[in-house]
Parts: sequence; structure tokens; C-alpha cells
Amino acid sequence: MKITKILTTAALALGMATAVIAGSHSEKTKVGFVYVGPVGDGGWTFEHNNGRLAVEAEFGDKVETVFVESVPEGADAERVMTQMALNGADLIFTTSFGYMDPTINVAAKFPNVRFEHATGYKTADNVSVYSARFYEGRAVQGTIAGRMTESNIIGYIGSFPIPEVIRGINSAYIHAKKVNPDVTFKIVWAYTWFDPAKEADAAKVLIEQGADVILQHTDSTAPLAAAAAAGNVIGFGQASDMAEFADGPRVSSIIDNWAPYYIERTRAVMDGTWTSVNTWDGIAQGMVGIGEITDRVPADVKAEATALKDSIASGDYHPFTGPLKKQDGSDWLAAGETADDGTLAGMNFYVEGIEGDIPG
Amino acid sequence: MFKLEKRPQPSKMWTLLTPPLAVLATMIFGGLLFGLLGNPPVEAIRTIFWDPLFGEFAFYYRPQLLVKGGPLILIAIGLSLGFRAGIWNIGAEGQYIMGAIFGAGAGLAFYPMEAFYIFPIMVIAGAIGGMLWAGIPAFLKVKFGTNEILVSLMLVYVAEQLLASMSLGLLKNPDGFGFPGSRNLQQYASAHNAELITGTGMHWGVVAAFIAVIFSYILLNRHMLGFSIRLTGEAPRAAKFSGVSPARLILFCLGTSGALAGLAGMFEVAGPAGQISIDFNTGYGFTAIIVAFLGRLHPVGILLAGLLMALTYIGGEIAQSNLGLPAAAIQLFQGMLLFFLLAVDLLTNFRIRLASSRRKGVA
Repeated sequence: MKITKILTTAALALGMATAVIAGSHSEKTKVGFVYVGPVGDGGWTFEHNNGRLAVEAEFGDKVETVFVESVPEGADAERVMTQMALNGADLIFTTSFGYMDPTINVAAKFPNVRFEHATGYKTADNVSVYSARFYEGRAVQGTIAGRMTESNIIGYIGSFPIPEVIRGINSAYIHAKKVNPDVTFKIVWAYTWFDPAKEADAAKVLIEQGADVILQHTDSTAPLAAAAAAGNVIGFGQASDMAEFADGPRVSSIIDNWAPYYIERTRAVMDGTWTSVNTWDGIAQGMVGIGEITDRVPADVKAEATALKDSIASGDYHPFTGPLKKQDGSDWLAAGETADDGTLAGMNFYVEGIEGDIPG
Repeated sequence: MFKLEKRPQPSKMWTLLTPPLAVLATMIFGGLLFGLLGNPPVEAIRTIFWDPLFGEFAFYYRPQLLVKGGPLILIAIGLSLGFRAGIWNIGAEGQYIMGAIFGAGAGLAFYPMEAFYIFPIMVIAGAIGGMLWAGIPAFLKVKFGTNEILVSLMLVYVAEQLLASMSLGLLKNPDGFGFPGSRNLQQYASAHNAELITGTGMHWGVVAAFIAVIFSYILLNRHMLGFSIRLTGEAPRAAKFSGVSPARLILFCLGTSGALAGLAGMFEVAGPAGQISIDFNTGYGFTAIIVAFLGRLHPVGILLAGLLMALTYIGGEIAQSNLGLPAAAIQLFQGMLLFFLLAVDLLTNFRIRLASSRRKGVA
């Protein structure tokens, strides 16, 4: 049993290895993308696909890109990645947190194929991880929100209570509070990344509770549509610019700009300089973009937000700078101290002043 | 012009012929659809149906058919029992989730101990989880006459919330840096539902699916209970007169389908999926409804339908990646399959006649 198992594994590995060699005969560098949503979601996957198109535009005939959209996490993702690797992909971007273990599994079978996993933490010799410091954008957003609210109630649509989302809430809250000490946050958990109906309901609930600014960590434009319907409510584009709401409630946005990273990594594969890295870039490197602040925002607020953005980009200011306390009143950061990446990556607490508990 | 005439008995020949006919019609109209989208139709159809089975990388895809088809078949077999008796369990997706939660929970309770009995306990826990979840609509129907379609469907959404809560709370991986999701059971030897022979795709869930096919065949053809199920579906009044207890039948059909769905979830979480996560469920419970009907509610038919459905999934992914077909076109294609099946079903129960020729017959 044991020996047959080893033999069949060896045979399979050999089969895969020859398949890869056969597939990599072509001159073109083949880059695969695995998407969790449809490319037309207008948010998360849409921007990853823009990154893919940018790779095509940059390298023209020298690359071939392939993608599969709406791939469920788990066994299906593993199959799609294997399929891409078998068909000769040199580099595969897997663009959802839930693809983490499948990526590691497939990467172990294809040591000559490079993998890049978005928002995860597991690396290997041929697996890099990359993510963006969205919380830097949240700081700018929080500043605008704190200045703009008249009811002093800011609504926040959370997707799932995971570190990335909690980081965003904390960052937005800290900076809203800084410019408006009376501000309170109302947080609704939608338990989805993309569900227009649920997101719209969440926005309506928040608006009914008096929120006149809606921040969202979900990917559809439904909360902006709900804000538009309610009238005197503003919101922000999420993941993508969502500029179609710029005449209405959208006053700015956080844009995920993966294109420079995708181009750089593809070039590294072409040049043979690719190594496994752990990338966490922000406004400075252009991975996080701040969409145009509309004229609905007064000039002084706009200037203040832009200045904050610039100081984050230059490295003069870190959005998590002490003195800061945790929600339970215990000390977190002393005056002038900044948060380390480890704490931020696993953030599982609210800062002082946010009401309510993190579910889970 | 044409006239439909009801057959006194459903045609045996057409019962067998309609599924392949539906597949053929789907190929033709699907090919047209792909052609309109600017893809070579023949190549697209070949990519979906031929490449996974006989293409260059078939050595990888053939086992994957079992991995993808196993849970569909297991769930659909359970559903078909109820469907035959007119008991509509629409909530297999929820029972699938509960089976996974119970199974994974039972396994993780022992972590990191290694013992041979952990996996069997997980199997039992998974079946119980699914059975209990299906037991709710069964109990409510027997006791209060509620509609099992609505109750079982609504419980899917409850189960999804519970799944999210488990991923973020009770079953969250303590070493996961605060990220949602349980420990990966693939890395816990005693709980891992591994491939029985490497490279075949055969895991215990696939074995269970085959066993379920055999048992269900025997039950329906050789057993009194199977006869009661069929009789209740075909002639409810006759069933009542012959002393079939509706309550017992409801409990049995919903309980069994729940247990099988729970097993499917448990085998999936311990094997191919590996962990409880917020998005663990990917619609097997709903797709299995299509599989059950595509397979004519017959055990062997379901076996073939499950594999066919798996083929369209896997081939569809290849078509997306190699030909750039959008995912929505593939889903449309799968939808067509059910649509054409229901459409050609007409031939089983009706005869198409030219109206004029019929008059001649009368005269």
C-alpha cells in the first residue's frame, strides 16, 4: 500500500512535470488569474481584472493572460489553479483570502510555477503574498467623514469581522474622532463581500438610525445607491472608484490599484529574478489610491484630507500613532509610538471609543 | 397542425431517451450561444465534454470528476427518495453545512490527538448533523403540517449564519492570526479524508456515494419501504388505503436525505475543502436537486447525472481559462441542460401527433 502510494505519487508528479515542460515551450510568459467574483462586480474582482489588462497592455505579445472568474474557495480553486499550471502558466495570481491553503497545496506540486496569493500570510519558495494597506485610505476617509457629518453618526458596513476590516474601522474612527470629538460609529456586519441586496439593507438600517455618512467594506455599489435614494447622505467608493456616483453621494473613494504590482511581478518572472516576497504596499507605492474628492466637500476639508494623504505617502505620518488605547481602556500605543505590522496584520480589537463588540 | 395526446402510461423508451436528447439539444444550442459570443462553437463544446475525459491532461481531470461528482451524487440520492414520495427537501445545502460543522467539530475536539477512531466518529457526527437539521422541517410537518419546502429552504440561511459564526468563533483556528476559518483537517492525519489511492480522486465520500446508489436501488426495488415511497408518490390515496403511514414516511425521507447531505458535507470538509470557512458551501445542495431530476430520480440515472454535471463544471472551467468564455455563459449552459430536460420530458408523457392524421384515425 505504502509503496504503491509512493509510486503513483511519483508517476503523477512525473506526468505533471513533463506536462509543465511541454507547456512552457512557448515563448510567451503565461500569467493566470483566479477570481472570487465576476469581473463585472464593479469592485474587488473588477480591479484585479484591470491589473490583468494592464499586464497585457504593458507586455503585449510577450504575455498571454488567462483567468477564471467566480471560483469558489476550496477544492474548486485547487482544480482551477492546477488546470492553469498544467496548461503552462508561469505565474498565477490567486486573488482571495480563501485561496490560501489551495494555493500552498498546488504550489507544492508545481515547484517551477510561481504563485502570488492576495491578502494571505502563508508563503513558500514559489509562493509570494501581497496585500494593500487599505487602512491608510481609511484614515483619509475618516477625516472627510468626521468633517462632513452633521448628525455626528457615521454608519459602517462591515463584511466579516476579520483583521483587515477591523483595521479599517479603527483607522477611520481614529481620524474621524480627531477632527470631530462628538462622532460615533454605528457598525453593521453584512457577512458578505458582495451581495447588493444585503448591502442595501444594511445601508438603509444605518440611515434610519441617523447616519448621514456611510462607509462600506463590501464591494457593490448598492450602499451608494441607497445613500442616493435617502438624499442627504454621503458615501465612498470601495475597492473601485465608483465614479458613476460622483454626481450624487460619492465624495471620494479607496481604489485598489494592483496594476503596478502585477506588471512588476510579471517582469520579474520574465527576467528570471522572481523570488518569494511578502508585499504590503500603501498609498506611497500607489497600491492604494484615493479617488477624486468631489466639490461636495468644502475646500478646507479637501485640503486637510489631501494633506493627510500626502503625509502618509511621504512616510511622515502613520495612521496608527499613539497615544492610543484599546476599547477596554488598556494601553496600546504610547505617545508617538506607531503600530508594528504584526499587530496590525492580526488586529482583533477595537480602539477606545468604538461602541459594541466584535462578533465571533 | 400538431396535437398533444396524453399517453396512458409514460413511455419507457422516451424515459431512457430524453436525457441524452436533452444533452444533445444543450450541446447544439449551447454551441450556438458560444458562437454568438464569438467563440468557436465546436471547440467550446469539445473543451467542455471531451477534454476532461480524453484530453492531454485527462489523467488529472478524470479523478476530479469523482471529487466533484461524489457529493452531488450522495446528496441527490437522498433527495430522490423524498422526491419520489412527494416530499420536497429543498434545503440540502443547509444539511450539508451542518454535517460539515458537526463532523469537523467532532474531529477538532480531539485535536491534536491521533487515533483510529476519530474519523469514524466524525462520519457519524456528520450524518447526525445533517439528519437533525432535516429533522426540523420533518418534525414541523408531521406535528403542525408546515410546508417542508419553505422550512427546509429557510434553514439553509440559518445554517449559513451558523457557518460564519463557527468560522469566526468556536471553530476558528487558534494559530490563524485572527483570520476566519478552522484548522485545516488535511494537516490532521486522524481527521483527514485523504485519497484512498493517490491520483484516483477516490476518497471515502466517493465510496459512500457509490454505496448509497446501491442501497437506494435495493431499497426502491426490493424493499417494502421503497414500495411505499413509490406508491405514495404515484398514488397517494392508494398508499393510504394500503396502510402507509405518511408521518413515518416523512421522517424517513427527510431524515435520510439530511443524513446523506450531512455526510457529503463532512467528507468534503475533511477532504477536498479541508477547513470550515465562511464560504465553505458552494451550492452542492442546490445543484443536487438538478442532478436528482436529470437522473430521473433513479439511482443509476443519478450516478450518471452527477458525473455529467461534474463534467460540465470541470469542462466549463477549462473553457473559461483556455477560451476566455465568461463564467455566466457556463452557468447559462448548465441551466439549459435542465431546461431542455424538462422540455423533452413532454415526450415521455405525451404523444405528438399531426392533427390531420388523427382525424383520419377517428374516421
